[in-house]
Amino acid sequence: MSTAIKWYWFASPQTFYPLAGRIALACAVGAALLAAAGLYVGFFVAPTDAQQGDAYRIIFIHVAAAWMSMFLYVVMAFWAAIGLAFNTRLSAMMASAIAPTGAMFTFVALWTGALWGRPTWGAYWVWDARLTSELILLFLYLGFMALQAAIDDRRRADRAGALLAIVGVVNVPIIYYSVQWWNTLHQGASVSLTRSPSMAAAMLTGMILMALAFWLYSIAAALARVRCIIRERE
Amino acid sequence: MIAAIRCVLRRDLLLALRRPSDVATALLFFIIVASLFPLGVGAEPNQLRAIAPGVIWVSALLSSMLSLARLFAVDHADGTLEQMLLGAAPLGAVAAAKVFAHWLVAGLPLVAIAPVIALQYDMPVPLYGTLALSLLLGTPVLSFIGAIGAALTLGLRGGGVLLALLVLPLYVPVLIFGAGSVDMAAAGLSALGQLQLLAALLVVSAAFAPWAIAAALRISTE
Amino acid sequence: MNWGSWAEFWAMGGYGFYVWGAYGVTVAAIAAEIWALARRARRSHETAS
Repeated sequence: MSTAIKWYWFASPQTFYPLAGRIALACAVGAALLAAAGLYVGFFVAPTDAQQGDAYRIIFIHVAAAWMSMFLYVVMAFWAAIGLAFNTRLSAMMASAIAPTGAMFTFVALWTGALWGRPTWGAYWVWDARLTSELILLFLYLGFMALQAAIDDRRRADRAGALLAIVGVVNVPIIYYSVQWWNTLHQGASVSLTRSPSMAAAMLTGMILMALAFWLYSIAAALARVRCIIRERE
Repeated sequence: MIAAIRCVLRRDLLLALRRPSDVATALLFFIIVASLFPLGVGAEPNQLRAIAPGVIWVSALLSSMLSLARLFAVDHADGTLEQMLLGAAPLGAVAAAKVFAHWLVAGLPLVAIAPVIALQYDMPVPLYGTLALSLLLGTPVLSFIGAIGAALTLGLRGGGVLLALLVLPLYVPVLIFGAGSVDMAAAGLSALGQLQLLAALLVVSAAFAPWAIAAALRISTE
Repeated sequence: MNWGSWAEFWAMGGYGFYVWGAYGVTVAAIAAEIWALARRARRSHETAS
């Protein structure tokens, strides 16, 4: 009973505002610490790979960014759905707050993927299933942001964006599956960025540390942004 | 509800027939875009034959999007859309009827003209059937998904381009399976898998898109 | 330790361009987002007060 009350208590932007600030700060500090640890492991503990040399060290940020880009889209769609279903302003604001960070990580995933692909597979861009899906995911993020930017009425912008996000999240598995099928038809198994170096324990540790760092950073950024949105609207 | 669907269908078709230029423009766009590729890529027959399914499908995508912007705009401008929202017929059914009318006028002609484009690209005649069938199954999906975008961007400035940005990523599976089916047939393999996937996309979009379109229309007009 | 000297570290076994190109742009993207957020926060504080 008390948890139910607490839930609705924090659904009000006014009461959420200070809480968001405290969480954002804590997460920012945590992100910095985890990133330092992850980078240390990635550069000074993890050994050089036999096949890819030191170029493989890009995976520590590439994989983390890719995971974040996909995870954030789902979270964004979740808040969008809550906002549509319960008509809560704060949920819609959270969805809008997450989008730019998600788009940023998608771009980072694409950029680092290209720079990893060049020395490893010979080309900056390969129409590998995952990279192509990431590219489409970037378009989905940008479309969401463009739609919300084009609508002046805040309420309509929230709800239109929410519907688009939900339609998008439902389509993402379909898009991924279709791109994967297309990739096997046209590329064969020769080029695949999914084949990472055989995982030494240190490599996995580094990746997970960076992923956690990016996750905490995303929370901090989204909460800081939602505070801006609250200030702008209220 | 059936009466409402029939009424909306008749109305939309009549309106479209009274302005044949709108229909013709989209069709002409399809033909022009498909004709541009050889000018850009070179007229080497083997290359053209290889890219033909993809080019025809991309041209169909773009042409379909061009005609979508009009789908709700005209009714929105003269107040008919509000009447539909207030009316007794379920908005989803009305939306589905409008999409069906749009497809009859903007999608079906593409299916009919596609063999002519295929001729331009020297596509082997046995592939025409697969091409036509893939377009027949795929263009309604494009209409359904595109209608969601059209409803969301109703009345917005920069509407047409924004619609494209929203809808093109969602079109990707249809494009992949549509062009892929013809590619499979060209390679001598069975295109049945891709065509069945297209049919599945059609069934799913026909089932769920009307709901999303109705929701989007309500969001856009409140 | 993997590196004998700082020079080796920056060289990344010959792949320095790619590794630092990737990390550099990542840092730049994150920094850009933080800067944009700070700017937005400042603006919204001004309009709110």
